[in-house]
Amino acid sequence: MSAAGQALTGIPGVPLALRGPAPVRVVAGFGFWLFLLSDIIIFAALFATYSVLSGSTAGGPSAAELFDKRHVFLETMCLLASSATCGFGLLAIQRTDARAMYFWMGITFLLGISFLTMEGREFASMIAAGAGPSHSAFLSAFFTLVGTHGLHVSLGLVWLVVMLLQVATLGFQPMVGRRFFCFALFWHALDIVWIGVFTIVYLGAK
Amino acid sequence: MDTQAQAQGDAPGVDPGERHGARSYLIGLAYAVALTVASFWAATTSFVYAPAVPVLLGTLAIAQMGVHVAFFLHISSAPDQANNFLALAFGVFVSALVIFGSMLIMSNLNHNMMPMDELIKMQR
Amino acid sequence: MFGRLSWSSIPFDQPIVMGTSATVGLVLLALFLLIIIKGWWGYLWHEWITSVDHKRIGAMYMILGLVMLVRGFSDAIMMRTQLALAAGHAQGYLPPEHYDQIFSAHGTIMIFFVAMPFVIGLMNFALPLQLGVRDVAFPVLNSVSFWLTASGVLLVNLSLFVGEFARTGWLAYPPLSELAYSPGVGVDYYLWSLQLSGLGTLLSGINLATTILKLRAPGMGYSRMPIFCWTALASNMLIVAAFPVLTATFAMLLLDRYCGFHFFTNDLGGNPMMYVSLIWIWGHPEVYILILPAFGVFSEVVATFSGKPLFGYRSMVLATMVICGLSFVVWLHHFFTMGAGADVNAFFGIMTMIIAVPTGVKVFNWMFTLYGGRVRFTVPIYWTLGFIVTFVIGGMTGVLMAIPPADFVLHNSLFLIAHFHNVAIGGVVFGAMAGYTYWFPKAFGFKLNERLGKAVFWCWFIGFYLAFMPLYALGLMGATRRMQHYPDTHWQPLMVVALAGAVVILLGIALTAVQLAVSIRQRHVNRDHSGDPWNARTLEWSIPSPPPAWNFTQLPNVQRTDAYWHAKEEGMSRGALPSSFVDLHLPRNTPVGVFIAFFAVILGFALIWRIYWLAAVGLAGAVAVALVQYWRTDREIRVPAEEVAAFARAHAPPGHDAPSAELGPVVPGGRS
Repeated sequence: MSAAGQALTGIPGVPLALRGPAPVRVVAGFGFWLFLLSDIIIFAALFATYSVLSGSTAGGPSAAELFDKRHVFLETMCLLASSATCGFGLLAIQRTDARAMYFWMGITFLLGISFLTMEGREFASMIAAGAGPSHSAFLSAFFTLVGTHGLHVSLGLVWLVVMLLQVATLGFQPMVGRRFFCFALFWHALDIVWIGVFTIVYLGAK
Repeated sequence: MDTQAQAQGDAPGVDPGERHGARSYLIGLAYAVALTVASFWAATTSFVYAPAVPVLLGTLAIAQMGVHVAFFLHISSAPDQANNFLALAFGVFVSALVIFGSMLIMSNLNHNMMPMDELIKMQR
Repeated sequence: MFGRLSWSSIPFDQPIVMGTSATVGLVLLALFLLIIIKGWWGYLWHEWITSVDHKRIGAMYMILGLVMLVRGFSDAIMMRTQLALAAGHAQGYLPPEHYDQIFSAHGTIMIFFVAMPFVIGLMNFALPLQLGVRDVAFPVLNSVSFWLTASGVLLVNLSLFVGEFARTGWLAYPPLSELAYSPGVGVDYYLWSLQLSGLGTLLSGINLATTILKLRAPGMGYSRMPIFCWTALASNMLIVAAFPVLTATFAMLLLDRYCGFHFFTNDLGGNPMMYVSLIWIWGHPEVYILILPAFGVFSEVVATFSGKPLFGYRSMVLATMVICGLSFVVWLHHFFTMGAGADVNAFFGIMTMIIAVPTGVKVFNWMFTLYGGRVRFTVPIYWTLGFIVTFVIGGMTGVLMAIPPADFVLHNSLFLIAHFHNVAIGGVVFGAMAGYTYWFPKAFGFKLNERLGKAVFWCWFIGFYLAFMPLYALGLMGATRRMQHYPDTHWQPLMVVALAGAVVILLGIALTAVQLAVSIRQRHVNRDHSGDPWNARTLEWSIPSPPPAWNFTQLPNVQRTDAYWHAKEEGMSRGALPSSFVDLHLPRNTPVGVFIAFFAVILGFALIWRIYWLAAVGLAGAVAVALVQYWRTDREIRVPAEEVAAFARAHAPPGHDAPSAELGPVVPGGRS
């Protein structure tokens, strides 16, 4: 960092855009934020497809016949709670409090697994009842939209385990802190997508 | 490079006032639970005028997404969040175009390209 | 055990394909042996293949694009030859099944593996230099992106030798691209190679957008950035927003083909038009992703060689961002004829006409920059002038087709083909060539041969008009696209003229290779000693050619636009050395990118041929490489202050005969 650059950052009131290259934490966080936005656009395309094809049941079962709102409410609460516990875990990392971090991230993991188990059971029962994804356009769209979300949750849980291993092996390095940060962003964004899913797919079912 | 005193904008999720950190998550959780319960109630009750239910659900969903963005992701219109906010706005713009644009176009296509037998069924 | 792969997958019965494959195989083998015998492998591996330096990666993208230009153009010559022959009762020499693969490969390769690499390569090379910083935001990710693109290239080229390519056109519309009507592996080759390279492109978009927004020299606010950086920002924002739609749409088609889903099938409720709509939601922003950086190149070139600041900086920025936003609300103009009502068609037609306005603003600004300037007629200016004339014609034919009733006559005719080649060649190719010529001395330390450069230009310019103006006429006469033969022999003379044009362009491509060889031989004559061979305006010209790995000895403190020009005007000597030097930390080279791409090729190939155990191996390998990288803590190398100082002193006064090696000094520790 040049002397001139340092002089600039030392001056209060210098606009952010003129302070020179941002610190690594900011750069990594923003880059990951852009990646999350691109992921959300993938979901937008899947939502669009679901909305267009939700009526194309090809004589098979429709949304209203298949979905159980109480089941979905439980799933929603699990995911929402896990978002909050993930936030507490992140605060623990910023305090470098290992025990609190393992506790809160562990709860996050368990809530995530509960969500996936419930969703897996729902998929399995639908397929067993002859309403699998290859039976109509509506079912293809449903399984793909909700399944893609579930796949992201699964990958997130794998990432969480990897991150806990990183803390265990590498300690609370800045690099590890930044990555946990990105994980928390990811986890919150998944919950935002789920809001769309339960509203449009389950509550909007006709 | 972490030696700079003030960040060139902060990444989303970083709350400068971290001593209030846990409070932000708790408040956000409370709002989100309330909005979720409200959504599920709205979908199943006969209290609300039926054609208005989709609009109500949409509003509640957008409100809850906003709660997540503000309380969990800490994105605001503060100057150090400007890039994050603009990026989010662009993402929302494109998502809305993709979803509503597709729905409008496909319904327009389906209507104009309706097969003859369905057209006849509609006349009956 | 091997899925659908067997010995019969190799097309032994197609002599043209076998001959081409044998030739390519022999050339590659010869190249490989040459590298091994001459002992270049170590240098290539340590300095290029594992490089995370944006300058090296940018150069590799350009090389990739140039090589694939030859492949895509050979498809073009084959098509033009076929059409020159196949009039009336004649059938030409290419049967329809083969011809269909050729036009599909031509479009796919030219858009995804020529134009995108050129544009991303130029942005990769120039952005950090123009922004006054040392590298992009995520250098290792940059390497991964490049190698994923290369893996897509490899898969597409494998389809020539093992199996077949898609016969569906470059966008693979269903239901033709569904399993029922394309049961072979062609569409799978198309889909998987584009999914892999699309991931690379998306990661590039994130990388470069973050670089522009978060990594700029001190003092460089948004209004002090060069225009190329603004157009690159718009292009990368479009990449981040549009490529996910492509990924999702291809994923849905893959689910239809592999798992029996019904998104776009004819039966059980599928809707093929949904694919058409989604793919063009990506497709239209894609063309702006390609053209905006080309516009940026022309802005830089025009200002430099007129000796004046670019006219209307703020209106240029505004026009660029308006184009960026509007590019998302015009996509239906690609399928006016496919069933939408008049009201929807009218909306999109009007929006398409409106998007021509900011482009017009840009053209006027370029012309006003030239006006009143002392224009030096160098090769980049030739490309720019050719672009202004050619692109405006192409744009006007686009606005013509934006009117739905006109489009009903012209959709999918040769008029459409002529239009998009007009803007793609006149805009993207001319821009890539201008950028290549303009930045070549910065990258390699010597200029390209001027006379040959002008010859290349004239070949492309004349060849383009000969090849595509007849197609406008043919389209108006009723000729359609993607036709293997035609009944009306009156069309044949125009087809022959088009073939002549293609041959002239072929000459231009050949001369590009000759120019490169000659320039390398003449490099001592054309050496750039000052780092500023064009007397230019922006920061990249304030450092030596080629730049050191760290770009700037000390990050510049930027006070205004065209910062370097004003520093020159005010007599600030480039030779002014900083009072003290510090150790610099640069990202360490790593084979992560090439290893991930290696496993990606295995994954892609295995999925194409439905060899699922091999696909699992490929996926596991890629994940393993990623995990190893995730645990690496030795990610930087330290460049000692003494070395930085020595380099700075060696290159200090302008015009000094710096004893630099051809491709930059070699730094122990893996970077140069």
